[in-house]
Amino acid sequence: MDNENCVIYGLEFQARALTPQLAETEKIGFLIGTQSLKQTNNQIHLIEFNEEISTLKTSVFHHSEGEIWKITSSPTDPLKIATCYNALTGENGCMMKSAILKLPESENHDTIENLEIVTKFDFSTLGTDIKTTEFHPNETSTAASLTDTHLVLWDISESEGRAVSNIALEGKNNPKFTNGKWNPHQNCNQFSTATETHIKTYDIRSGELAWNIDNAHCQYIRDMDYNMNKLYHLATCGDDGFLKIWDYRQPSLPIFSRSDHSHWIWCVRFNPFHDQLILTASSDARVLLSSAASVSSENISETLITEDREGLDSKQTLKDGPLQWCEHEDSVYCVEWSPAEPWIFASLSYDGRLLISHVKKSLKYQILL
Amino acid sequence: MTEKKPNPLDINGPNFNPNMYLDKIFKEYSLKQILDHENEVVKDTQTLHSDMQTLVYENYNKFISATDTIKKMKNDFKKMETEMDLLASNMASITSFSDQINDTLHDTRQKINKLSGVHALLQKLQFLFKLPTTLKSRMEEKNYIQATQDYLHAQRVLHQYGDMPSFQGIKTDCESILTELKAELRKQFCNTNASAKELTESVDLLLKLNEPAKELCTEFLSCAEKRLAEQLVMLKDQSEQRDIIEFVDLGCSGFLSDLCLIVASFHDMFINRVHMEHLENSDIFENFAAVELDSFVKDNMKKYFELVQNKVDSEQDVGDTSILVQALDRFYKRIESNTLCKDIDFANVASEIVINAGRKQCKAHLQILKMHFADSLTKIRQTLTTPKLITQEETSKNLNELLNSLVITVVEKVKGVLQDLVVFLQPDVNFANKPQFKDSFCIDNVREGLIVCFLHHLTATARSFCAKGASDPKVPPTLLLLLSKFCIDFQNGNVHFLLSQTDELFDIDSKQNSALTNEGEINNSMQESAQELLNYFVRIQGLNCSQMLRKSVETRDWLHTIEPRTVRAVMKRVVDDISAIDSTVAQLYEDQGNNGTEHSSDSSRKAHSVSLPRHQYRSNWSNYAPNPLDSALVSNMHRLFSERVDIFSSVQFNKVSIMTGIIKISLKTFMECVRLKTFSKYGLQQIQVDTHYLQLYLWRFVSDENLVHFLLDEILGSAAHRCLEPVLMEPSVVDIICERG
Repeated sequence: MDNENCVIYGLEFQARALTPQLAETEKIGFLIGTQSLKQTNNQIHLIEFNEEISTLKTSVFHHSEGEIWKITSSPTDPLKIATCYNALTGENGCMMKSAILKLPESENHDTIENLEIVTKFDFSTLGTDIKTTEFHPNETSTAASLTDTHLVLWDISESEGRAVSNIALEGKNNPKFTNGKWNPHQNCNQFSTATETHIKTYDIRSGELAWNIDNAHCQYIRDMDYNMNKLYHLATCGDDGFLKIWDYRQPSLPIFSRSDHSHWIWCVRFNPFHDQLILTASSDARVLLSSAASVSSENISETLITEDREGLDSKQTLKDGPLQWCEHEDSVYCVEWSPAEPWIFASLSYDGRLLISHVKKSLKYQILL
Repeated sequence: MTEKKPNPLDINGPNFNPNMYLDKIFKEYSLKQILDHENEVVKDTQTLHSDMQTLVYENYNKFISATDTIKKMKNDFKKMETEMDLLASNMASITSFSDQINDTLHDTRQKINKLSGVHALLQKLQFLFKLPTTLKSRMEEKNYIQATQDYLHAQRVLHQYGDMPSFQGIKTDCESILTELKAELRKQFCNTNASAKELTESVDLLLKLNEPAKELCTEFLSCAEKRLAEQLVMLKDQSEQRDIIEFVDLGCSGFLSDLCLIVASFHDMFINRVHMEHLENSDIFENFAAVELDSFVKDNMKKYFELVQNKVDSEQDVGDTSILVQALDRFYKRIESNTLCKDIDFANVASEIVINAGRKQCKAHLQILKMHFADSLTKIRQTLTTPKLITQEETSKNLNELLNSLVITVVEKVKGVLQDLVVFLQPDVNFANKPQFKDSFCIDNVREGLIVCFLHHLTATARSFCAKGASDPKVPPTLLLLLSKFCIDFQNGNVHFLLSQTDELFDIDSKQNSALTNEGEINNSMQESAQELLNYFVRIQGLNCSQMLRKSVETRDWLHTIEPRTVRAVMKRVVDDISAIDSTVAQLYEDQGNNGTEHSSDSSRKAHSVSLPRHQYRSNWSNYAPNPLDSALVSNMHRLFSERVDIFSSVQFNKVSIMTGIIKISLKTFMECVRLKTFSKYGLQQIQVDTHYLQLYLWRFVSDENLVHFLLDEILGSAAHRCLEPVLMEPSVVDIICERG
């Protein structure tokens, strides 16, 4: 692909954790957590991209607690991040932990700092494998953690996270959660989880199952993402190599389904502004930017059927399917849109290479004009 | 003239001139001759003389008697004369007497003449007086024709003298009987048992009796309608019990012939007759009658056609084509031969029905073919899923046999259907030569609607097995493999065979007609389906192996594992499964590997695996141990120089490619799972043993063994990365463990 469109940033460690700075709307910022079993080597990189001059500014922080499996950022506070990490215990043991960290406000280029831990969580009875810790979309004092067996709600206003409530996963054959996310609609009262091939969404107020999509994929579901601009729309991806978009009111059939990757898809993201653009990252070492124009909120043909078709055709030329791709050398586990700039996204491959890419100009104009 | 001229020298002739004769003799003859001749003549004269004498003697008596007789006659005639005079006087007296008698008888004769005249008149009158009773008796005898004739005899007289009081009675009587007669005749109209001929008679009589033709014509039609309706009802009732030929025959002999008769008699009675008779407005009436008749015929034919259509429809669910065609042929012939109505060509409607039947038949056959295909698929599925108690050898035979029998049964079935449908085009079938029928039947129905549609159905069915998302997880993967080979087989000839067979049998020129689906199109879709199925097969089998590998990685606690002593059972299982898949695939797809010869024997495999590949991977692995970063570099370098590996990619139609696909998917899964785990030293070593084992057994299935090396390298590399204490085992120990099994 046209790599002149990209800026490359290489890390010296393997990495599979990437998040945009959600609360940062001025700068294009991404955070990466590295994965190394040499505990003290682990770092968090903050990469700020200056679009105009196409340069990167990076700040590196130590994360000596352990290797980072997942990193998330607070949608309300640009300095707060949450990590799920694997900490070594003595005698060849290791243990998953999660914490909320705070980035320093002032920049210090001379030394590499350790990040300040704001809130710690105690998972002693709630499962061994921590999948993710997700900040509540608007409430600053709430976060949710997903372990392999439990969904835990925390009050994070203090330094020791207080478990407000927890929901245990029930089912035959010891099912396990694999990933989870807040539903940004419905007043943010729902938390969606993926367990093997099913999507289960809980109402966090009651702890009851709100809705579910059984057998959304025929193999493991790896990730999901909500369409910020269209209610009820959820994208999922998984080991069957399919990208599917669901209207979760009709859980029997996806409204959109494609398999353009040649291996598992690990990550799926709707563009928060133009939701016909969808990013998928796959272990076939590719990131695909696809169009799902037929089910997007900007699908004009659906809303303006009776209008003059001539005018529509010129605009509605985006077809469903892949539009653009980025090649990596190794499996890509993460891809993220920048919340500050709708045409920029970052993808991170396992070999520690971050690519910051633009949506092609032609596509951009096609969507805008 | 010369002939008649008498020869004067002929001594016997009448004109004999003795002098000339003598002169001649003297001149011509010698003396001796003359003397001789003289003697001769003398002799002759003497004989003649004597002859004469005897003649006179003989006839003398006869002369005397004749004279006597004449004398007697003279006396007799005198007597007769007196008697004749007497007769004449007598005759005169007789004449006078007869005149006298004549005069006396004249008066009497005149009287007799008069009397006989009166007698004749009286006889006529008597007929008139008797007329009512005769009519009555005729009525009772039901001899309506005679009755009408009688009445018509008397009609004029009655008409003339009807006013006279003495005849009035008779007239009224006659008229009342006549109305009765008319009523009777009309009743016959409505009599269902009356034959059409009787009906005609009745109408004829009524017309003779000067009934209004218009009224009669409507009445006639309404009665006919009733009768036909009954026929139709009867047909309808029968239609369920009888087979179609009987039904059509019944329709032809019953309904159609009745209708024909009605139409013919109607023509005779109303339309043609009008010309001859002196009806006023005859033109108008004729039009009226014709219109009435037309609409009547139309209505009834419509009903009849409906019935036939229904019957034909119902027949097609069960029926035998040849019988159907025979029936349709009879039906069509019958309809075609009759021109019931000037304006409407019922043959068109009939051929419409025939075309419909053809279409339906094709559809039915398509349905049957589809069902049959589905059935055979289910059968195959069952044979594939039933646990096999037979040995490998036999299964190998079976799979190929299954495929062949599937192909053959499908092709045969289609051929059978074609043969069955060809009956429609038999030369003795009437409608077969109508272009209207032929076009729509051969091209639209048989070729496009049946054969092409069925071929599309085959691909669609095949594809439905790998439909995205909706596929049935219980489909045995072998079935997918079988179907993909099935599609390939079809593409390589069977499609061509079936299409050309169709074109030949049904006389279609496929090259000329661009609207026809061409063979290439179908072949393409066959090829695509085969590809899709094969890809799906690879994915399913890859998934099965992946699943085992994934479970084996995920469920184990790699941090607290003991030093490896054996290859994990899962690996053996995976290798076994892959070998099994390999032998299954080998039954249907050819090897086609580049290094096929090396794969052939067991011994060469062993030698190969020991010698070359080990050096290669060992050199890579040795780098992992001291420094993970370096090894990452190596693996990155490797990546740079090797081609991209597409995991879920399309495979080719040969065994090696298929197996490569499956192995790629399995190993990639293995790697991704390893990357999610953390290993202790022994955990890593277990992975080392496992990958080495896989290395030993998997390379022979693939075309490019470097690919297996590369993937296994990456697995081990990833495991080394995820290891807290990355120390590898001695390769010789690994060898020993692996060889031990």
